[in-house]
Amino acid sequence: MSTESSIDLNFRVGGAAGQGVQSVGGVLSKTFARGGYHIFTHQDYESRIRGGHSFFHLRLSDMPVYAAPNRVNVLVALDDRTIEIHEDVMVPNSVIICDRKLREVSPEVERVHDIFDVPLMDIALETGNKLYVNTVAMGASLGLIEFDFDILAGLIAEQFKKKGQTIIDENVKAARLGYEFTQQNYKGTCCYIIKPRTAPKTMILTSNEAIGIGALFAGCKFVSAYPMTPSTSIWVTMKALAHDDFVFVQTEDELASINMALGAAYGGVRAMTTTSGGGFALMNEGFSLAGATETPIVVALVSRPGPATGLPTRTEQSDLEYVLHAGHGEFPRVIFAPSCQEEAFRLTVKAFNMAEKYHVAVVILQDQHLADSYRTVDPADFNIDAIKIERGPMATEEELKTSKDFKSHRVTESGVSPRAFPGTKDGIIATAGDEHDEYGHIIEDAETRNEQMEKRMRKLDALMKDIEEPLTYGQEAADVSLIGWGSTYGAIKEATDLLNEEGISTNMMHVVEVFPVHKVVGEFVTKAKQSFVVENNYTGQYANIIRAYTGKLPTGGINKYDGRPFSPGYIVKEVKRRMGA
Amino acid sequence: MVTIEDYESRVKDIAWCPGCGNFPILEALKQALVELNLEPWQVAMVSGIGQSSKLPHYLRVNEYNELHGRILPAATGLSLANHELVVIGVGGDGDGYGEGGNHWINAIRRNPNMTYIVTNNQIYGLTKGQASPTTDYGMKTKDEPGGIHIPAMNPMAVAISLDCSFVARCFAGDLDFMKEILKKAINHKGFAFVDILQPCVTWNKVNTYQWYRERVYKLGDDYDPTDKFAAFQKAQEWGAQIPIGVLYLFKRPILKDDYVPLQRGTLLDLQKEHKPSQFKDLLKKFF
Ligand SMILES: Cc1ncc(C[n+]2csc(CCOP(=O)(O)OP(=O)(O)O)c2C)c(N)n1
Ligand code: SF4
Ligand SMILES: [Mg+2]
Repeated sequence: MSTESSIDLNFRVGGAAGQGVQSVGGVLSKTFARGGYHIFTHQDYESRIRGGHSFFHLRLSDMPVYAAPNRVNVLVALDDRTIEIHEDVMVPNSVIICDRKLREVSPEVERVHDIFDVPLMDIALETGNKLYVNTVAMGASLGLIEFDFDILAGLIAEQFKKKGQTIIDENVKAARLGYEFTQQNYKGTCCYIIKPRTAPKTMILTSNEAIGIGALFAGCKFVSAYPMTPSTSIWVTMKALAHDDFVFVQTEDELASINMALGAAYGGVRAMTTTSGGGFALMNEGFSLAGATETPIVVALVSRPGPATGLPTRTEQSDLEYVLHAGHGEFPRVIFAPSCQEEAFRLTVKAFNMAEKYHVAVVILQDQHLADSYRTVDPADFNIDAIKIERGPMATEEELKTSKDFKSHRVTESGVSPRAFPGTKDGIIATAGDEHDEYGHIIEDAETRNEQMEKRMRKLDALMKDIEEPLTYGQEAADVSLIGWGSTYGAIKEATDLLNEEGISTNMMHVVEVFPVHKVVGEFVTKAKQSFVVENNYTGQYANIIRAYTGKLPTGGINKYDGRPFSPGYIVKEVKRRMGA
Repeated sequence: MVTIEDYESRVKDIAWCPGCGNFPILEALKQALVELNLEPWQVAMVSGIGQSSKLPHYLRVNEYNELHGRILPAATGLSLANHELVVIGVGGDGDGYGEGGNHWINAIRRNPNMTYIVTNNQIYGLTKGQASPTTDYGMKTKDEPGGIHIPAMNPMAVAISLDCSFVARCFAGDLDFMKEILKKAINHKGFAFVDILQPCVTWNKVNTYQWYRERVYKLGDDYDPTDKFAAFQKAQEWGAQIPIGVLYLFKRPILKDDYVPLQRGTLLDLQKEHKPSQFKDLLKKFF
């Protein structure tokens, strides 16, 4: 994709926590999206509220983009450390927007890059508040590249609508003064000129937002959760959008989160809980209870690096095998790992359907990288009209009336028992976390145990038919085959293109419906000359799953566990290293 | 008319020891439900793990038999999913005050519309006689022959301090009184917490029927359960005198009333009405 696009620019806004780095990034992203560009962003922030260093990476292109390279063309420095921290990844002749009053620029940097000094702080103070430094910087950046100011002004008004007209006016003024400053002082001197273009309208959102929207469309009516970065924005999004259309409970802990969702699901409503690895650890027993009682539930697990508290605001794909084995005892489960916003939306809707069709727990497993990444998407890919709500087989009223007690765990061929909700006239619906008979009452005998165990496990075969084939891309016979799952999709796809351009024939397989494992996965490994599993973890967890569930052996792994996402360039470099190139 | 037979469970093999205080509790609950003219399908019980948590299997009602300690989150979720259900949680002192202590505190704060019965035998029955949070200081158990060396918690005082909307205690040896308290609890709008002194004839040889009978006394008509400080003082009585009855009542909004969607009907109704297209406009926010 990189060669096809004529515009492919990488912006980075850096500053300390509390300086509004994320809001500059967010507003600029939307501004460019409304101006007709495709956007992919990556957020890098620390687990603190003030100080430190965080940055917002914004890739802008006239073609769809799915990943962020570790390369910068335009750097916006809100603090005195940004330039030195990102110097390494700036291409020659990068554009740097900074306030020399905050920090002198070193002669070396000055020699290689174009410095545009903007009195960010003075302008902010002139507008009334030093906090407006970020808003001034937004205006100044857009002025420098000659983008349209009105789009930005409109977005600022939307952004601060709740804060009142004064705040809107001051922010618009701060942005305008920044914009005018660069227009007046630097017009025609910046090597990057980006003007709005006419293009079909796009939506711009993060993957966590996509999960939140997906849950609402799927009819999720109950969410119980305990705050944990980077998962929290899922329910925050849902509440912001549809506060009055579902019930949310912030629980005392994650033990309560999952069990409360289970209680609601038993009551007949679609229920979800959201968390990250540590919270999921607390949910394990409840996860197992969902297996035993066959209660449909969706868990959105947004990972961060572990072990323990790990790197709370960063990314890792190290919870996959954990989720696969989570909960004591044996019971079926489904694991989805979205590759992008559209897939996060689709898979969330599907997760609720799968949970209710098969009475299982479905985990939507993604990680901070994608959770926090804004990307422009084609609204047609959020196809609302195509959404089907499938609640699985239900018992008839007649059945409830004629049978004195209901067999909520009826042994069937598929393993799925027709369902009924408590409170239905004449229905007595019982279930237990203890091993139980078809009526849900506690048993001890071996025969009933086996019947129920086998019935539950059979559901895994039944649900397999709903698992979609993984995506494959690139030429059929290639020297290198890359395998990925979840959030690494964009980086691997771009790496595949880059490798092919460089003459290394490459193809890829990407898995989002991760478990149960589709048979195509093994076939792909068999066909590959050399296959590398690319994943953000140390031990090669998906590679292990491939081995365990297909018996096939990938050639090797490309692993990264520093808490940062893959860039396409990193994967290219690692493949070449393995090829001895 | 609902009869006691309607509540007859299909489960005949009851796993309790003969003479266990759980039997009269089961009987009192059945009678209370019949007298309240509730149909079995209108009632949903959530229990945990422990001897007492098997209770819902022994009467004919809807039932979610949870894990050890997790009664209240599930019961809260259930009561929000369908607020027309009569939700009753039941479990042991270990389940509720130990493993589930944090949930108990927070359920009191949330005030879901449900009844929560703790069958308090001051011991861990199912795991064979270890100390529970309510085991009296100094009591010798099989595993602590030297005696328990931390003081017992006071569930009444804790619940009152948190402004639990209904706090009561009864004694398993007084079936009629228990039944009347349970009826009040079930009729109460909000979180009705009932601690039942339940003799465990197998593992607790100190707090026997006899022991309780000598000490319990019923709160009189002159007792005002709405006076928090008086209630708190009453809750300190434990030893020679143990008050039973409704110790504390506090008027406060129930959890469901805080939720706009639940003013339109049950969440289950809302679920049934759900159409994806109803959210179509919400995508506009992302342009
Ligand atoms: C997570 C967990 N920890 C421990 C146990 C073992 N266990 C089962 S019941 C119980 C205590 C029972 O005491 P109580 O709740 O007072 O119920 P009782 O049997 O006295 O009615 C324990 C510790 C368990 N089932 N689950
Ligand atoms: S062990 Fe105690 S509580 Fe359990 S059934 Fe026997 S008497 Fe009852
Ligand atoms: Mg006990």
